[in-house]
Amino acid sequence: MTLRHHKLALVVWLALMLASVLVIVQTRFVADLSAFMPKAPSARQQMLIDQLRDGAIARIVLVGIEGSDEAERGRLSRLLVSQLAHNPRFTSVQNGDSQTQQRDQRYFFDNRYLLSPAVTPQRFSADGMRTAIQDTLDAMSGDAGLVVKKILPRDPSGETLQILEQFIGESQPHSSNDIWVSRDGKRAVLLLQLAESGLNTDAQAEALADVQQTFGRLPARHADTRLVMSGTSVMSVASRNIIKSEVERLAALGTVLVVALLLLVYRSLPLLLLGLIPVLSGALVGVACVSLGFGHVHGLTLGFGTTLIGEAVDYSIYLFIQRAGGNEPRHFWRTIRLGVLTSITGFAALMCSSFPGLSQLGLYSISGLVTAALVTRYILPGLMPAHLNLRDLSGPGLRLQQGLDLLTRMRWVLAAALLAAVAVLVLHKQDIWNRQLNALSSISKQQNQLDAELRGDLGGNDMRYVASFSAPDQESALQLAERSRRVLLQLQRQGVIGGFHTPDELLPSQASQRARQAALPVAAEASQRLQQALSGMPLSADQLQGFLADVERSRSQPLLNRQSLQGSASSVLLDSMLIKRANSYLVLMPLRPTGEGAQGDQIALDKVRAALVSQQLAQVTVIDLLEETTAIFDSYTHEALLFSSLGSLAILLLLGVTCGWVQAVRVTIPLGCAVLCVVAIFDASGIQLTILHLVGLLLVVAIGSNYALFFANKQQLGNETEQRQVEVSLVVANLATVTSFGLLGTSSVPVLSFIGSTVALGALLALVFSAMMARIQPRAHA
Amino acid sequence: MSKTLAGLAVLLAAGFCQAAELSVADLMQMLGQKKSGTATFVEKKYIAMLKQPLESSGELAFRAPDRLEKRTLKPKMEAVVLEGNKLTLERSDGRKMTVALSDRPEVAAFVESIRATLSGDRGGLERFYTLALSGGAEQWQLNLTPLQPRMQKVISQIRIAGNQAQVKTIEFLQADGDRSEMAITGTSSK
Repeated sequence: MTLRHHKLALVVWLALMLASVLVIVQTRFVADLSAFMPKAPSARQQMLIDQLRDGAIARIVLVGIEGSDEAERGRLSRLLVSQLAHNPRFTSVQNGDSQTQQRDQRYFFDNRYLLSPAVTPQRFSADGMRTAIQDTLDAMSGDAGLVVKKILPRDPSGETLQILEQFIGESQPHSSNDIWVSRDGKRAVLLLQLAESGLNTDAQAEALADVQQTFGRLPARHADTRLVMSGTSVMSVASRNIIKSEVERLAALGTVLVVALLLLVYRSLPLLLLGLIPVLSGALVGVACVSLGFGHVHGLTLGFGTTLIGEAVDYSIYLFIQRAGGNEPRHFWRTIRLGVLTSITGFAALMCSSFPGLSQLGLYSISGLVTAALVTRYILPGLMPAHLNLRDLSGPGLRLQQGLDLLTRMRWVLAAALLAAVAVLVLHKQDIWNRQLNALSSISKQQNQLDAELRGDLGGNDMRYVASFSAPDQESALQLAERSRRVLLQLQRQGVIGGFHTPDELLPSQASQRARQAALPVAAEASQRLQQALSGMPLSADQLQGFLADVERSRSQPLLNRQSLQGSASSVLLDSMLIKRANSYLVLMPLRPTGEGAQGDQIALDKVRAALVSQQLAQVTVIDLLEETTAIFDSYTHEALLFSSLGSLAILLLLGVTCGWVQAVRVTIPLGCAVLCVVAIFDASGIQLTILHLVGLLLVVAIGSNYALFFANKQQLGNETEQRQVEVSLVVANLATVTSFGLLGTSSVPVLSFIGSTVALGALLALVFSAMMARIQPRAHA
Repeated sequence: MSKTLAGLAVLLAAGFCQAAELSVADLMQMLGQKKSGTATFVEKKYIAMLKQPLESSGELAFRAPDRLEKRTLKPKMEAVVLEGNKLTLERSDGRKMTVALSDRPEVAAFVESIRATLSGDRGGLERFYTLALSGGAEQWQLNLTPLQPRMQKVISQIRIAGNQAQVKTIEFLQADGDRSEMAITGTSSK
């Protein structure tokens, strides 16, 4: 390369760096888990995931107050509610106190003639009233007599009972001294609803911090009391924080480790700095490319940056060590080029992934590696001193060669390892795939446990079975919900489902409300019919004047709307069932299994679907969320399996085309063995594989092929010294890779640790196996 | 003769004294010996608003130490099954509702008045009520007055009457003046 060319290259490089920095400065970095949640394949699944992540359900925060004694916890619970009630960051703050309960009871009692599905013209005829009143008296004679007696004077037809009926069988939070407490009574529990949707993690984080601070400042709080929180928002804020701190830690540690390794090998500061130039250039261009391609950069992509350090630094290691003698090994760049190409092929397969996080990683790695390789090829040689003052590596090199020679003679180990791996996989019957979506979540076991406890404490529905549909506006959504309710009620009576909720229980459609108003007789008529109805009954009309007044008032009362529920616990329930979206309303109706019999925790959804279809309600879809999420995850595992296989195949083809098939086979066998052994090791240690392990295996092939290529490159073999240099560089490069991926393996974020541990282990095995299989024995030994 | 008479008088007096002195401990001991039993009941509720009492009837079943079942057959089928800490309401349409007694102190007080009496569980009664016993083994009456103010707002007193280990009537006096009377006829007991 001429000096002029080199100057040109330098200018281009500097311009590229400057441009990258400019892009990065304006980049938005995100750190929530969304990038590693799959983009759902179907609109229905997407809708569900959106709801779980951002919808009303995701706005609910479960809070517990622990420590001290019950009286103190109760006092703090009340104080917390009073202090948060007026905070605009919360749309609802509840601890089960009688005030809120009374608000709900008032809503149902005062509006009973608009809310009760039993209100029809027939029911308010003389005969209908008679039957209804007799039913109420019968109920009074029974075990709930004390409750019924209270409502009799104003509600003799028992509409309140009709409404309450819809909530029978619900598990309610336990109460003690008028506030909610946990099942074991050891914590006071509260329910908050955040104003901000899950899309705004920052705002949610602030709201959660508000709760913590408010609790911390409660007057005269006993020091041994503490606040615990759970819910989707708490989880996403927590995992964001973990990812943030992990990325910082990994980047710092990864740099330190690789720098230390290089210093140990080079023993030269200038060489170290030169060696880092391709890495830094690659990282800058990589981040800039992702930012341009995706509009934002995920924190986890940066976390993988450490792995790029490990791979990109290899090129300069090869260059420095192999050129230490002053002359460029023959075909050196050709081998590097092939190595880069195989890696790119591997990462390109990642780009096709439906996980936005993985495609970001693919783009980041490809752009970063290409940049690093180009910088090593066109910038570094010009910056390198004519004679490298590299530490004499012939001593360790010689020993290393002896070691490798030993390995080469031990080819049978490869066969043994292969046999052992196959045996493990065949004999070990456990499912090697982990099918749980939360396997990728960075939420700790303790947090999950707390979440399950608090949900149980608050009598929460775990939302496994949902019937849902969307409608253009609120009125049509509620009307459709009313039709669905009739079918669901039938199914409940048949014992197909244990219970359900529909939004119209809390807010009937305007049409139904009007129809119910119209069913109520005018005052004079009502009074006359009541007289008739009561003949021969132990009750006189004089005692029911309150009833007549309420009926008259209900006939002309303003219709109920969403605001009517303001401040009640029911409004939170309604929000989770009737969801306003940009152009439509989404209705989610939770279904409860019967809880009886061998399969009491399951619902025969085909029966539910058939019943809905028979009533022309085919647009209502019934979903088992557990099954759906498992299905989504399975489909991604399949996808990952497909693209990993295609990626590996592409790498093989590339090798075959460029270096001939014999060579390709020599390279492939050790790689294949490494992959099999990694899988077998995980299987034997009881670790189930996830998509990310698969991705890791693909990277093992992509990175490991570099080692095999250098070992197997016949043409490259010069004299023994040159070969030694090649091999030293390989081992150092391998150490850098194993170190940086191994570091990822220690991360507490599963996404990072899965890939890290797979690649670290696989790369090491790939080197050892390549030395056994692909390595060509030096002539001296041959 | 006079000796005999005198002796008889002493015996009678002794018998009388013994009857009058039936202690809560004795009663509880007597009740506690029964392991299980079934009975029918007729309950009348006297409510100020209503011209006639409301009547219901059905079956009771008790099994020591803590299972009590009240199955109403008329006018409407329904059942309450109390087992340990769990109270289950069963309705005619087959729907069930379960509550934990530890959650609902008033409900617990209410049902314990019957269950603890049937099983001779003095501690269970004294958790919720002050006890006053009158009469003898052949005809005793146990009056329970609620301790908790919340319970007092609903029930002013519960009067349980019986003969030996057989509970005959249970009367609930409500704070608002209404009352209910349950007459029990034993069918079998062990």
